Amino acid sequence: MVTRGFFGRRRETPPRPIPPGQYLERGFPVLTAGPTQRVPLDQWTFTLVGVDGEPLGEWNWEQFRSLPETEIFTDIHCVTKWSKLDTTWKGVTIDDLLAAAGVSDVPPYLMAFSYGGYTTNLPTWDVIEGRGMVAFEFDGQPIAPEHGGPARLVVPHLYFWKSAKWLRGIRFMPQDQPGFWEQYGYHMYGDPWKEQRYWGD
Amino acid sequence: MSADANRVGAGFKPAPTHWQPATVERVVTETYRARTFTLRLDEPRSFLAGQHYDVRLTAPDGYQAQRSYSIASAPSSPAGTVDLTVELIPDGEVSPYFHEVVQPGDVLEVRGPIGGPFTWTAEMGGPLLLVAGGSGIVPIRSILADRESVAPELPALLIYSARSPQDIIYRPCLDNLDQHNPNVSVRYSLTRQQPPGWVGYSRRIDPAMLQECLDELATLNGVVATPLCYVCGPTGFVETAADALLAVGVPEPAIKTERFGPTS
Repeated sequence: MVTRGFFGRRRETPPRPIPPGQYLERGFPVLTAGPTQRVPLDQWTFTLVGVDGEPLGEWNWEQFRSLPETEIFTDIHCVTKWSKLDTTWKGVTIDDLLAAAGVSDVPPYLMAFSYGGYTTNLPTWDVIEGRGMVAFEFDGQPIAPEHGGPARLVVPHLYFWKSAKWLRGIRFMPQDQPGFWEQYGYHMYGDPWKEQRYWGD
Repeated sequence: MSADANRVGAGFKPAPTHWQPATVERVVTETYRARTFTLRLDEPRSFLAGQHYDVRLTAPDGYQAQRSYSIASAPSSPAGTVDLTVELIPDGEVSPYFHEVVQPGDVLEVRGPIGGPFTWTAEMGGPLLLVAGGSGIVPIRSILADRESVAPELPALLIYSARSPQDIIYRPCLDNLDQHNPNVSVRYSLTRQQPPGWVGYSRRIDPAMLQECLDELATLNGVVATPLCYVCGPTGFVETAADALLAVGVPEPAIKTERFGPTS
């Protein structure tokens, strides 16, 4: 349906395609359903939890930061319509966390859980083989609390609500279950290129 | 995100949404940069106070732009209509179209209602402490209007921060509530420009201001009770206000936030 009198004021042409319905954003908007969490590094831990609630691996900040570091250069896409190009994240890949925990056989789904109670669900495939990391640096600086520091999940090929802020751990699941936004009508998977924003997309 | 953030509120049943045409019935100029558009939906949908609609504009060459706008009206407003208030962002793409082009009779594509954490229903109760910055008043107006129709006895206090008197959206409606409903109090803070004789606040929101609001709300309520807090506005405003609420002792699960706009 063409909208009467609308021609678009594309502020700038993206240097490469961005997903449908998105616009370019230079800043870094903040979207959170409650107050910003402030987690002191000496109280921070990250845990991998198996399907029966058993701990598979646990790291404090010092132990976490001694794991191999990986840097990724990527575009990110928020379901609230902005896309931000050319972001750099440094962190520990989920592959390296699984290797450090000695876990080789992973269940098909996971729930990322955060300080403050946030959760989001993902297929495990989407965070392994370099597709996801627990990031602690954004563009060369520690991640600010309002952007999810000290550490957040980064899964850049899905809408950014899947990249949980203030990450506290990952719990594996035999079946997919909805996380926080997913219970409120956001898509279970969230592929921006297929515009999977909400239920029914 | 609150400690019990993962618990979806009772009675909340999100349903799949799809794009549908909506006809602009009315355009109201609220301030020099805020207008309210009453849309009549082809397919009426019920909604909760605090939810939003997505709007999609399509150019003749197929290019599309989407934005989200909060619902300003109450769920009890005439069936099949929603009011969206759009603030003009001068270098924006969609808000200038709303302000410069849209007129009654136009048909727009919309999708909704959307959103869950920042909603209020009567069964959630109160008392309510509503904290708005700039056009963050929009979903809070919906909550206030819903409260007026379904729980008019419920104590509520609104603290609304705006740059100048000209920036206050819905002022007649808010002043009317403040003056005529003994259970509602409306406080303004004008941060950049105050009219002569201004007796309201004239500073950015801080813990002392929120403590005074909590005290006044306790007076309205008759007893001290933890209020349910809704904070909406630009990111910096919400960060400051939510931290200030924590600083004066409001527990985190009682604070719901909605942020908009870039940080830099």
